Amino acid sequence: MSRIGVFICHCGENISRTVDVERVAEAAGRIPGVAHATDYKYMCSDPGQNLLKKAVAEHNLDGVVVAACSPRMHEKTFRNAARGAGLNPYLCEMANIREHCSWVHEEREEATAKATDIVRLMVERVKKNKKLVPITVPITKRALVIGGGIAGIQAALDIADCGHQVLLVEREPSIGGHMAQLSETFPTLDCSQCIMTPKMVDVANHPNITLHTYAEVENVDGYIGNFQVTIRKKARSVDMDKCTGCGVCMAKCPQKKIPNSFDRDLGMRPAIYVPFPQAVPNTPVIDRANCTWFKTGKCGVCQKVCGPGAVDYGQEDELITEQVGAIVVATGFELYNITEKPKGSEIKGYGEFGHGKIPDVIDGLTFERLASASGPTGGKIVRPSDGKEPKQVVFVQCVGSRAREKGISYCSKICCMYTAKHTMLYKHKVHDGQAYVFFMDARTPGKGYDEFWRRAVEEEEAVYIRGMVSRLYQKGDKVVVMGSDVLVGVRVEIEADLVVLATAVQARSGADTLAQKLGISYDKYNFYSEAHAKLKPVECATAGVYLAGACQGPKDIPDTVSQASAAAAKVMTLFSRDELEREPIVARVNEKNCVACFYCKKVCPYGAVEEKEIRDRNGNLIRVVAYVNPVVCGGCGTCQATCPSKSVELDGYTDEQVIAMIDAL
Amino acid sequence: MKHAFEPKVVAFVCTWCTYAGADLAGTSRMQYPANVRVLKFPCTGRIDPVFILRAFQKGADGVLVSGCHPGDCHYMAGNFHARRRFAAFRKLLEFVGVDLDRLQFSWVSAAEGGKWVEVVTELTERVRKMGPMAEFKDLELEECWSGKLDTPELEEAYKAIP
Repeated sequence: MSRIGVFICHCGENISRTVDVERVAEAAGRIPGVAHATDYKYMCSDPGQNLLKKAVAEHNLDGVVVAACSPRMHEKTFRNAARGAGLNPYLCEMANIREHCSWVHEEREEATAKATDIVRLMVERVKKNKKLVPITVPITKRALVIGGGIAGIQAALDIADCGHQVLLVEREPSIGGHMAQLSETFPTLDCSQCIMTPKMVDVANHPNITLHTYAEVENVDGYIGNFQVTIRKKARSVDMDKCTGCGVCMAKCPQKKIPNSFDRDLGMRPAIYVPFPQAVPNTPVIDRANCTWFKTGKCGVCQKVCGPGAVDYGQEDELITEQVGAIVVATGFELYNITEKPKGSEIKGYGEFGHGKIPDVIDGLTFERLASASGPTGGKIVRPSDGKEPKQVVFVQCVGSRAREKGISYCSKICCMYTAKHTMLYKHKVHDGQAYVFFMDARTPGKGYDEFWRRAVEEEEAVYIRGMVSRLYQKGDKVVVMGSDVLVGVRVEIEADLVVLATAVQARSGADTLAQKLGISYDKYNFYSEAHAKLKPVECATAGVYLAGACQGPKDIPDTVSQASAAAAKVMTLFSRDELEREPIVARVNEKNCVACFYCKKVCPYGAVEEKEIRDRNGNLIRVVAYVNPVVCGGCGTCQATCPSKSVELDGYTDEQVIAMIDAL
Repeated sequence: MKHAFEPKVVAFVCTWCTYAGADLAGTSRMQYPANVRVLKFPCTGRIDPVFILRAFQKGADGVLVSGCHPGDCHYMAGNFHARRRFAAFRKLLEFVGVDLDRLQFSWVSAAEGGKWVEVVTELTERVRKMGPMAEFKDLELEECWSGKLDTPELEEAYKAIP
């Protein structure tokens, strides 16, 4: 007979408000095999855990069920407490009577009955639980950082400074990300390039950082401490070792009329190019889609003029495989392109704003390039249509953000502040100009943020109009903004020279594909999900993968940098040990029963199943059976459900345990 | 009880998506019928169709199997295996004479607390209308007769089960 202890938590009042915990404890005490059942106000607190430890010793318990919150919250806590009491931690299970019961039901009778059921199921399960021993695996003390924006750069530098090797993978030809595109940054108005480029150079020069630009993560295998990552290094057509970055090829390239996406298509670039002059690495790439050589087979000017002979038209994509122990995902965001209505999406677009049709309707990032000293206009704010200085500029906030009817209900967080900044930058450059802002609320939480916004309104005399814009249309060379002022209750029409839309911050297109490669979860907007909104904001639910920056949700630069450093700290915590204990939830083969059909091998997503030969003492082959390599096994249990002879068992989720639970229904 | 018949609904869910989705429904304080009992698995790929049969046999009136959306499986492909397996299994159940309305498969991600509530509520209400599942319970009765309650201790314990 088992001797199981059951502990019912009140969770303050979170559980006891709807569940009669005393009755649950009493009912649990009557279940055969339960030696001790009690309830306590806060099981996870120190006295609660001590209560558990004491009971294990006093009642000589051989299994523990803690009925409290979700195991995703406190399973570790209670398993550690069980370990502290000398019990194998895998003999401790949690019955989720908070998230799955007290919080979702109101009626006390029903909730109490359900909680009793949940506890009974878990007791039956624990009766069949076996002692398991964690598997220790070595840690590869090398980190992969995906994304070379400010988040990725900060994380990479922090980890590298701690003495560990870092691989930084960036999709574009240069690191820098969105921050390199910005003109000046709120709330201090320091030039973005001036604070960004030194960090970029630090990355390039750091002995512990290996930089792969123009590269993408192709595939990720393995698990915490032991990931195998395949990186596709796209063909640059320029040999990085030979290139000196002199720039002659770019100057001589006859093809010069390609819109530069770094400048939001305002400026032009040649077919062989670096995205911006301060690019790191300062090695050009050939844009094969637009290069005359690749289109027609004629030209070859860049190869002829290149002194060191670095231009290589025959270069091909290269796949490299690297071993890493931790992954920081810092892939950033992109702006909501309101011109196109994405296919199959709930997002509706803003056809009525004429973005993409009216040249003088631009988005915030385009305005950044106009205002940037290194931008296509050298920092002069002009209209894209005719190059004239705009005297009336209208800024429209919340384009896409906080617009449930348009498909996005979240706040993009950065737009209030950057629009305030834009009005200032504009006023500093066009003294006789007037800025108008259509806004819903000015959201300015942050150190020095509200003061900054007030400065835009009070000192720089931006006119803030509380209301929404319904339509934009071209009239002569003006853009008419039709909106409303809800404070006064009137319709407002402004004939503007330039309209700047604060379009919503969105997850990168393809964010879901990367998430699927990494095995991490994402929300309905494709932002990556953290393991816990408050207590684990940088970890993914998938062990060994960490999040930094706007890929997790809209964020400004200070928040991004903080989160990147936090992610780096988590990686360093992991790397502070030589070995890692892994959950022993792995499949085992009963060799006596195995009929060697190897269906398990076919379905195993990890390639963990091997064919094992059983030989007698003379070395004669007796038969072949399946063998699961416990280090490679991910613990999904697909093999067990597939096995026709029931010869594979997933520890922790054996048929015996599951059937015991079902029978207790 | 608010209704004449309270069906027993069993949910087999994966720990990464649907279990977390149900947790989210909890943290968001959404409300749904208290009929569902959740059994957690690492992956829907681990769910043997035998479990579903067993659940029906042991008195479940409705069964829900739910995991990650296609492509989002934590174990890369477990949910695809599950999908294939259950497509075949449904045919078998239908052949045996089980009303397929009692069995539901769905994808509920960790971010879809609302969908979890929807799926569970819908299945519970549907099964409630269908009434108790009688077919397999007869089998259960037979098994009870052949089962042994031969020690007084066991008998006492069996009676004590609420």
